[in-house]
Amino acid sequence: MEIKTIFLSAGIEVDVSFIKRVLLLIVLFGLSITSGFAALTIEITEGVESAVPLAIVPFASQSAPVNISSVVNADLERSGYFKMMAEQSMPSKPSTAAEVNFKDWQSLDQNYMAVGQVVDVGGGRYNVQFQLLDVYKGGQLLGFRMTSSEADLRRTAHHISDLIFEKLTGKKGVFSGRIAYITTNNQGNKKQSHQLQVADADGYNPQTVASSTEPLMSPSWSPDGKKVAYVSFEKKSAAIYVQTLATGERSRVAEFPGINGAPAWSPDGTRLALTLSKDGSPDIYVLNLSTLTVNKLTKNFSIDTEPSWSPDSNSIVFTSDRGGKPQIYMVPSQGGEEKRLTFSGDYNARASFSPDGKSLVMVHGNGNDYRIAVMDMATRSINVLTSGSSDESPSFAPNGTMILFASKKGRTGFLSAVSLDGKMQQKLVFNSGEVREPAWAP
Amino acid sequence: MKLNKTLLALAISTLLITACTDDAVDDSLTDGSQNATSGINDASTNGLNSGSGLNGSGFNGYGSGLNGSDDYASTLGPEFNDPSNPLSKRTVYFMLDSSEIMPDFLPVIAAHAQYLVANPSQKITLEGNADERGSREYNIALGEQRAKSVASKMKVQGVSENQINVVSYGEEKPAAFGNDETAWEKNRRVEIVYQPK
Repeated sequence: MEIKTIFLSAGIEVDVSFIKRVLLLIVLFGLSITSGFAALTIEITEGVESAVPLAIVPFASQSAPVNISSVVNADLERSGYFKMMAEQSMPSKPSTAAEVNFKDWQSLDQNYMAVGQVVDVGGGRYNVQFQLLDVYKGGQLLGFRMTSSEADLRRTAHHISDLIFEKLTGKKGVFSGRIAYITTNNQGNKKQSHQLQVADADGYNPQTVASSTEPLMSPSWSPDGKKVAYVSFEKKSAAIYVQTLATGERSRVAEFPGINGAPAWSPDGTRLALTLSKDGSPDIYVLNLSTLTVNKLTKNFSIDTEPSWSPDSNSIVFTSDRGGKPQIYMVPSQGGEEKRLTFSGDYNARASFSPDGKSLVMVHGNGNDYRIAVMDMATRSINVLTSGSSDESPSFAPNGTMILFASKKGRTGFLSAVSLDGKMQQKLVFNSGEVREPAWAP
Repeated sequence: MKLNKTLLALAISTLLITACTDDAVDDSLTDGSQNATSGINDASTNGLNSGSGLNGSGFNGYGSGLNGSDDYASTLGPEFNDPSNPLSKRTVYFMLDSSEIMPDFLPVIAAHAQYLVANPSQKITLEGNADERGSREYNIALGEQRAKSVASKMKVQGVSENQINVVSYGEEKPAAFGNDETAWEKNRRVEIVYQPK
């Protein structure tokens, strides 16, 4: 299944050269053999001209069950910041800086390279050592040695990706982060099983944290990454729960008549903005999590929903159809004047702020196409990043460099990430059925 | 070189095609999740195994898996199963992004309203739904508007407030799967679900 998807998507993407596609397939096929778990595929939607050439030399390894250097390679490739050197093009496979002949790599126009080794030290533990090298200066930029249990090898690889990314871009890496999402499996007999899952940022190591035969929706991370708020229909009506991930403990925080939806954590973690329709039409409220009292922010007769906080807590953006079609509006979080923000496109919904508060990501609809777009808060100009027909639920990476979103093809729902300039798009493929509503952990 | 490329591509696609046969995608348009009336459900939660030993167990088996009747209304009398009787129709369909009742469905709503007025102890749930286009929470709101417009038509005809329960599932419970109007029009709907007494 994973492999079929790779083939299909590679066949569809027209911008990828044939050779590149074939190489990609070989690399990915190798990857999925070693993992046999959820698999990641990469779609390159457009060449990234500004990408920096980087060679991750396969780490010397005798028996580690995770191919650390290929995980690192995949992480860094999909960031869109780097042009990764194909293993086939490498002149040699050094595993320490001392073994590197920099001239060889200079002549292949590589700016940076990483070398390393994984040593099985027994008892299910591994020593992982790597060095990041500046090819032109012939010197070391980073050097680390770490010990990892077998179970933590992927985590260790993501940590290495973060270190390399931060060293070369000055931005914090997001590869060891986590994502939450909803997945649905058909159980036969017209029964469905809905799960709230949490996985590594590349879709590996999925764990179910809540499941129900009735829909689950709208996961939202607490700012400390310890809790998730979500909507559950398990009692045949909507209610909002807050669940502590480490223990599985949860509490029901909103169960008013009608809609209890779209929870969004305040930046200080003490409140949830949400949608309630207890007074008639859906309106935006702020729920105090310690007193469980609600404060009504919007009082329109139309649909107001999908609140999201600005990083400074001062404002809340939301979707409203008060003008006829869904558009994005903004209201002070203490209540006040409601301002319309979007005017282009006949459908703008589910907006949320970038971590720096300078842009809004949203679902942007024109005709039958719903795509992910980013609006610059200063100029109000909208840049459409994706090219699908039903792209939805965008969520910013905590470093603001990528946006995770959900797409659909037929009955298959899948997650993709796109770089902020729209030039790099990656697709995450899970073993489970339909996957949707991704939320990147803070 | 050209030949090599083609051979390589062929070899790879054969590999890919054979690798995927055991996981065919079910494209059936009718295999929907029509379990809207399937009784009490269960939900469970788990702690997150963080890989470093944090392994909460949480609580499992929230509620029980009692299975109610899939279609209680069909047991209420022959008029609910007679295709020529409007009581046999228990789904109201809508236009895109609209919660306005189309004239075709007025007789259906009127028939159910009449039955409910005559049977004041009978309760129904109006389940609002939307097609998959657009954002999910907005579709929850849209589904609720649809269910409420059916509810208000019924109330005007004398059905008591406490006979009607409204819930919106937005796009979460599609009746038909697919990315075209054929599927979408089946999903923009309100289901009139009779509750067992």
